[in-house]
Amino acid sequence: MKALRKYLDKIKPNFEEGGKLHWLYSTYDAFETFLFVPNTTSKSGVHIHDARDSKRTMIIVILALVPALLIGMYNVGLQHYLAIGHDVTLLTKFFYGFLAVLPQIVVSYVVGLGIEFAMAQMKKEEVAEGFLVSGMLIPMIVPVDTPLWMIAVATAFAVIFAKEVFGGTGYNIFNVALITRAFLFFSYPSKMSGDQVWVRTADTFGVGKGTVIDGFSGATPLGQIATTEAGGFSDFAFQGITGQPLSISDMFFGFIPGSVGEVSTIAILLGAVILIATGVGSWKTMLSVFIGGLVAVLLVNSFAQNAIMEMPVYYHFLLGGFAFGAVFMATDPVTSTRTEKGKWIYGFLIGLIAVAIRVFNPGYPEGMMLAILFMNAFAPLIDFYVIDANIKRRMRRATVVKQ
Amino acid sequence: MALSSKTKAVLLGPLNKNNPVIVQVLGICSALAVTSKLEPSIVMAIAVTMVTAFGNVIISLLRKTIPNRIRIIVQLVVVAALVTIVSEVLKAFAYDVNKQLSVFVGLIVTNCILMGRLEAFALGNGPWPSFLDGIGNGLGYGWILVVVGFFRELLGSGTLLGYQVVPQALYDAGYENNGLMMLAPMAILLVACIIWIHRSKNRELQEETN
Repeated sequence: MKALRKYLDKIKPNFEEGGKLHWLYSTYDAFETFLFVPNTTSKSGVHIHDARDSKRTMIIVILALVPALLIGMYNVGLQHYLAIGHDVTLLTKFFYGFLAVLPQIVVSYVVGLGIEFAMAQMKKEEVAEGFLVSGMLIPMIVPVDTPLWMIAVATAFAVIFAKEVFGGTGYNIFNVALITRAFLFFSYPSKMSGDQVWVRTADTFGVGKGTVIDGFSGATPLGQIATTEAGGFSDFAFQGITGQPLSISDMFFGFIPGSVGEVSTIAILLGAVILIATGVGSWKTMLSVFIGGLVAVLLVNSFAQNAIMEMPVYYHFLLGGFAFGAVFMATDPVTSTRTEKGKWIYGFLIGLIAVAIRVFNPGYPEGMMLAILFMNAFAPLIDFYVIDANIKRRMRRATVVKQ
Repeated sequence: MALSSKTKAVLLGPLNKNNPVIVQVLGICSALAVTSKLEPSIVMAIAVTMVTAFGNVIISLLRKTIPNRIRIIVQLVVVAALVTIVSEVLKAFAYDVNKQLSVFVGLIVTNCILMGRLEAFALGNGPWPSFLDGIGNGLGYGWILVVVGFFRELLGSGTLLGYQVVPQALYDAGYENNGLMMLAPMAILLVACIIWIHRSKNRELQEETN
């Protein structure tokens, strides 16, 4: 640490006013404040100062994502070796998944941060830290087989058009990671849905070579139930990729085909505990998403016509991106509502719409992304009316006093 | 023929600093709807240019005889007649493109650029300047359509005017056409990008920020 500090101090004059590399000051500042506490914290004075700045907030979110990421990586390997019918150790499976996901993380960070640094340099501002979380979320919400160049294009699109044009971190209307996914979803539908993309069957850097066994099907559980011929839920059974039945515990621990981050509900719950305990994520938003989903499912169950309409509520919560979206996407402090009452309405409608899209539109087996993006657009309106109602209430009180 | 500075402004202004699409933000609806391929974009550009130019001339000739109260109806009749002619010509000589453009040929009648030019220019100027104004505005609208259509067809279908441009080798290497380019939201983003570049080159057009 000391050596690092010394080195940074040594090269600092180059970046200050008049230095040779002054035009790169934003880049230098970003690294310095990332590695050490920003110089701008208060050193004296009696006023209370919050210990958190946004870099620390971001790092807590990343920590909360780590369990889901690790189990997701393991699951990538697990599904792969199931598909090629090899029996290998737990570590080999994890190693395979690690190799498959790591390039995506690297590409997402390099492209996104590259644009952020370039933009900050151009505007001569500090580099904002918003992309630290988005860059980690992007590889976790796309299929594991998404080509790297697509991730690069989509990340660049999202950072420029969903964030920088609105004024950078903190001003974006839509969640940047979800815009990346939406761009991929509408641009390259064949790589983002169906039953070919959720399980990586090819080898990764020569690891895990093998041919896919007979009877392999990579459809996700939600994809299966959206396209099933079964007349009712009782005639339907979720299947793993080799045709083996899937149990509730498989879904809870995350041993099902799906995006890296979304599969393991227990890891997401662990992340939720971290977010709530540190006060970074709002428990109100998370809880109300689940309440909204519950209400929608109970409603749909009451006049069920087919298998997906009859699907009990716990499957909705365990499968697909429902839990992941509720914990990590809906709670994004920038794009969600800011008022406490607004958070209840916002979360409730996300859960409601997500279930509605899942159940009523067979073309979109997963509705979480569209539901959150849709409500992102309405968040300012909800805030406006919550504040407006509060003002009106207080105005009434004021008039009573005047009389 | 050397053009006087006023004629030049009438003809060339709409191509750049007085552009109907990217400065006045008119005619956006058809600009988004027909630009998924380059060919219909070009045909639409020509059709609108023709209708604007001749509509301007006719209204300019009639401008002293049109009673003020019913001028909109007269303008509509003239434009509708011209659009019908254009539509029939397209059906006769370019049936496929006409089918691609579908209702948008007929909807030229309601194109804001047209009514705007008739109201704002043709009613107060002679036939020759009105003709140039119509040509200028039609081309100003047209070049935006062509640029948007170019990028949408190139990135969305990998073709230009129906010919394969993106080489097969690239597809074999894993490249894929961008489906979002074929949807209207991408057209509005492309128009926005053109506006972005245009505004950054012409700072006097930028709205003042508070």
